Amino acid sequence: MNANANANANINANAKATAAPPLLTVRGLKVVVGGRHILHGVDLDVAALGTTALLGRNGAGKTTTVRGILGLVPRTGSVRLDGEETVHLATHALVRRGVGYAPEDRGVFAALSVAENLRLAERPGAGEPAYGLVYELFPELRTRARQAAGTLSGGQQQMVAIARTLLNGNRLIIADEPTKGLAPKVVAEVARVLERAAETVPVLLVEQNLAVVRRLARYCAVIADGRTAHRGPAAGLLDDPDAARRLLGVGHAHPHTQPHARPPAHPGTVQDQEAEA
Amino acid sequence: MSTVVLLVLTGLGLGALYFLVASGLSLIFGLMDVLNFAHGALMSIGAYGTWWAASGRLPGAGPGGLGFVLAVAFGTAVGTAAAVVLELAVIRPLYTRPREQILATVGVGLAVPALLSAIWGADARPFPAPDALSGTFGLLGAQVPLNRLVLIAAAVIVLIALKVFLGRTRHGLVVRAGVEDRAMVTALGTDVRKAFTLVFAIGGAAAALGGAIGGLYFGSVDPEQGTSLLIFAFVVVVMGGMGSLTGAALASVGVGLVQQFANYYTTDGLGDLAVVVLLAALLLVRPRGLTGRLA
Repeated sequence: MNANANANANINANAKATAAPPLLTVRGLKVVVGGRHILHGVDLDVAALGTTALLGRNGAGKTTTVRGILGLVPRTGSVRLDGEETVHLATHALVRRGVGYAPEDRGVFAALSVAENLRLAERPGAGEPAYGLVYELFPELRTRARQAAGTLSGGQQQMVAIARTLLNGNRLIIADEPTKGLAPKVVAEVARVLERAAETVPVLLVEQNLAVVRRLARYCAVIADGRTAHRGPAAGLLDDPDAARRLLGVGHAHPHTQPHARPPAHPGTVQDQEAEA
Repeated sequence: MSTVVLLVLTGLGLGALYFLVASGLSLIFGLMDVLNFAHGALMSIGAYGTWWAASGRLPGAGPGGLGFVLAVAFGTAVGTAAAVVLELAVIRPLYTRPREQILATVGVGLAVPALLSAIWGADARPFPAPDALSGTFGLLGAQVPLNRLVLIAAAVIVLIALKVFLGRTRHGLVVRAGVEDRAMVTALGTDVRKAFTLVFAIGGAAAALGGAIGGLYFGSVDPEQGTSLLIFAFVVVVMGGMGSLTGAALASVGVGLVQQFANYYTTDGLGDLAVVVLLAALLLVRPRGLTGRLA
């Protein structure tokens, strides 16, 4: 924590954030599925302000960490939301305490209409659902309200998934690879919405697209082989090509060892990921 | 012509009975992935509850008029209560163990008929039908028993009621969403287990109603009635597509008609076999059932 705080000192406006205790504190999170140990003990803090990125190579356990936090897989350890232990809670009970979740595969109900997908996310007792905000951010969802969500494009489905997390006055938003498989233009739009959401609600963002991480995340944690391998400011990790390569397996376009000239501006941008999108 | 009319209406009546059992079976499997082999037992409970009440043992209930309506309501209520108890006491504790869950429902499906025959005997008991429903009516030269219409009407009403419930209410929305992705429903803050109990109650009510008015169709009640119907209800569920109500309705009509016509025009009993052949043929052509849902 102290080391992190020192490293953060050069980032503007984070004095408040480091002073405030983390919103979500995960300690020693272990997940065993079907006798296989997927997580061996993940430690993670989600800052009370802005976006915290959860990084790691494919298969490192990022999605399992998120699912473990939510109780969607059996887990042990400690998950404190705003100081309160939640590891014994069922998923729906934790979510009702103010957690919005946009899962990796978007979790959109294909046979239900867009409006029904949103209505399902309304939580009784969570105040008036913020349809004004949702339709302002995603005007398309209003015009497509009666369309079956399964017939939407990937980007539109992601908008439904994110909109569901914005409807309620949540204390935390968890977004698992929200830009995965989307066209670059849609990626930028999703990033813009998450950036705006993070102004009011802290976001835990699992993300492979390091350009998005660079734009949004103030802090990050890196998972490797089911353990936390690194915690600190996001910029610090992304600006350190050695660390990025060691922890994330990216940045092979090392500016110092690259024999021929190439645009070096984005150390850590995952080339394959962009090709995939 | 009159034979065809009679066969059509009898087939539809039988299909209606299948639908009353299969609708709940399909919803339960669609939402919870539970194959409820005790569903026929719920039907038997409804049938015996109605028979017990209509035989004059329940004050106010009887074999005629409002008394019979009360008897049917009583049988349905008992079946619904049994379904809720089944879900809470047997299904829920085994929620993470699907194999044991199936075995437990098989056990209940065997125990209930045994219990019924232990109390009231293994022989069929004549079902006290109201005079108003015992007659026939003429249609295109055929004399069709009125109880066929009662069955068809009940199935249509149940289908419409379930459609309205699923399409217009918040609980229905949760059920439809849960059929697609249970985990995501909980991740949106809804306790999907409450929907489990609700769906069991609804399915049990429909099956028990099927048992109650099935007594009219068969003219008697016996402990094995529900269980023998369950096989065809499973065929209907698989044909219609697991979790699909409209598919179950269509498949019920198809199975009922094929069974009646084949039993009449070929050897008696071949109709039952024809239904299974129909299922096999359909699964070969459309592995996901009529509605394209995963069977």
